[in-house]
Amino acid sequence: MSTATTTTAERAAVHTSAHSLWRNKAVRTVFYHLMVAGFGIVMLYPILWLFASSFKGRAEIWTNVSSLIPQQFTLENYVNGWRGFGGISFTTFYANSFIYAGIGTLLAVLASALVAYGFARIQFSGRRFWFACMLATLMLPVQVQIIPQYIVFSQLGWINTFYPLLLPRIGGQAFFIFMIMQFIRGIPRDLDEAAEMDGCGRGGIFFRIILPQITPALITAAIFSFYWTWEDFLTPLIYLNAPRLYTVSLALRAFADPSGTTDWGAIFAMSSLSLAPVFAIFVFFQRFLVEGISTTGLKG
Amino acid sequence: MSEALSAPAQAPSASHKGRPVRRRKASFRHDNLMGYLFISPWLIAFFAFTFIPIIASFLLAFTNYDVLNPSWGWVGLQNFERMFTRDPRYIKALQATFFYAFMAIPLRLIFALAIAMLLNTNRRMVSGYRAAYYAPSIVGGSVAIAVMWREIFGRDGLVNAILGADIAWLGNPNTAIWTLIILAVWQFGSPMLIFLAGLKQIPREFYEAAAIDGANGWQQFWRITLPLLTPIIFFNLVMQLISGFMVFTQAFIITGGAPLDTTLFYALYLYQRAFVSLQMGYASAMAWVLLAIIAIMTALVFRSSSYWVFYGSQEE
Repeated sequence: MSTATTTTAERAAVHTSAHSLWRNKAVRTVFYHLMVAGFGIVMLYPILWLFASSFKGRAEIWTNVSSLIPQQFTLENYVNGWRGFGGISFTTFYANSFIYAGIGTLLAVLASALVAYGFARIQFSGRRFWFACMLATLMLPVQVQIIPQYIVFSQLGWINTFYPLLLPRIGGQAFFIFMIMQFIRGIPRDLDEAAEMDGCGRGGIFFRIILPQITPALITAAIFSFYWTWEDFLTPLIYLNAPRLYTVSLALRAFADPSGTTDWGAIFAMSSLSLAPVFAIFVFFQRFLVEGISTTGLKG
Repeated sequence: MSEALSAPAQAPSASHKGRPVRRRKASFRHDNLMGYLFISPWLIAFFAFTFIPIIASFLLAFTNYDVLNPSWGWVGLQNFERMFTRDPRYIKALQATFFYAFMAIPLRLIFALAIAMLLNTNRRMVSGYRAAYYAPSIVGGSVAIAVMWREIFGRDGLVNAILGADIAWLGNPNTAIWTLIILAVWQFGSPMLIFLAGLKQIPREFYEAAAIDGANGWQQFWRITLPLLTPIIFFNLVMQLISGFMVFTQAFIITGGAPLDTTLFYALYLYQRAFVSLQMGYASAMAWVLLAIIAIMTALVFRSSSYWVFYGSQEE
């Protein structure tokens, strides 16, 4: 690149020197970092743009569009956005989301651990059959279950409650069961046996031996479960119609209705804020995430 | 990562060879009661929320069940006939979904593999880069990102501001679906991480031997990397196929199926039929066709795998 302004006479020499330049390890390293970091910034640009826009003033937001640095830094959008709509603030929406994601994750992970232990360590009639059924549910589109579920839940009068969202999680989730099983299989059986000799029952082995050992797998499962529940849109959309029950996802969608709103700064502010828990977890638990995906193919 | 990957494969063989059979049996003995007790949460949920609903959904598919219409009944194959002969929007939905899947999935996998190869190095900062490339994927399914995408491609949005243009990306039937495809490709993080784990499993000696034989980087890619990665490409392809046909939230928020139903994805149209027009019999029939499509596509990939997936001397 530095040789761009050379004369014709030097071309041949330049060619070879460029070649040896490329052979130079340091040059290649610099080139690598420029390319990978450059493309990385392109990848992150939309998200950075969202964050930046959430701090821009009302006048600036659609006039100083592509800049990542607000001319006038303001927190006004967050204050306005948090007020929400229809007299319901985002305090309510966050509370709803945390209830759904918190309880939902707890249920899904605990149940998955129990079931995984059953499949991984106990020999029983029909084990292979039920395991195959469980794996088959991984491929099942939710659409073939959701309509009858909706009919039954609405007959029970559970529309606008959290039961339809949480109850189906009491059985754990096939992805997590499978992942935790793989993990349990890696634990030496000697430990189980030693505990058994000391008079531990199945329950004791599970809670005292297995559970402490599979903590990394449980953390990975909990992170993914939290993510999926936090971002879940279809289930709340179907079952929660009253704005006071909206999760953050539903609230954002209603808030950002193009026909209704004009306060885009507030929308960007609330959108950015809704990503904060996700990124916070990502920063602190990146190792668990990467391992979870690489080893089991969990999708984030 | 590599340890965890090979752990399941090693564990059984270790217990076979290393220890007497009698001891192995002691901790893995037959116990129906405890077995069913431990899997009972799953079993109950499976019957209540999966198995019975599936049967019900199958039966509903042959009815004209409608929440508002009490005089509903059995209609045989009428729903299926209507889908393919008397519902032009359904055909539009099929077209949009297949176009989306056939564009977004290969592009996403190509990006995932290319970036994984770039990041498969011991250089400094690589874990930081990996995080940057993965970040869009962890938030990609959220409403916040969908809203953001809508504004990025809006009339006054970021893309037009950068290009200095005034193009209605979301309003033009030719470009609207591409905004969704780009959104999908942008989220190549998960397959990238899986590729990265696979790349780390390929022994360095293969490349060293090839280099001695005079193979250049391009040849090494086609002769070593790609063949050895085919099992992982296969896995990623199946996973992406299954999720690609079910995409919902992004289309719901960003385009709502418009313009001219060019982004009316299958799941979106099904939702509209089931929960907006409340034609749940018809929507159930659609759900079963979706299941059939996914099953057939997956089966085709599995069938084709014997021609292109290379297992070599690796253990399964």
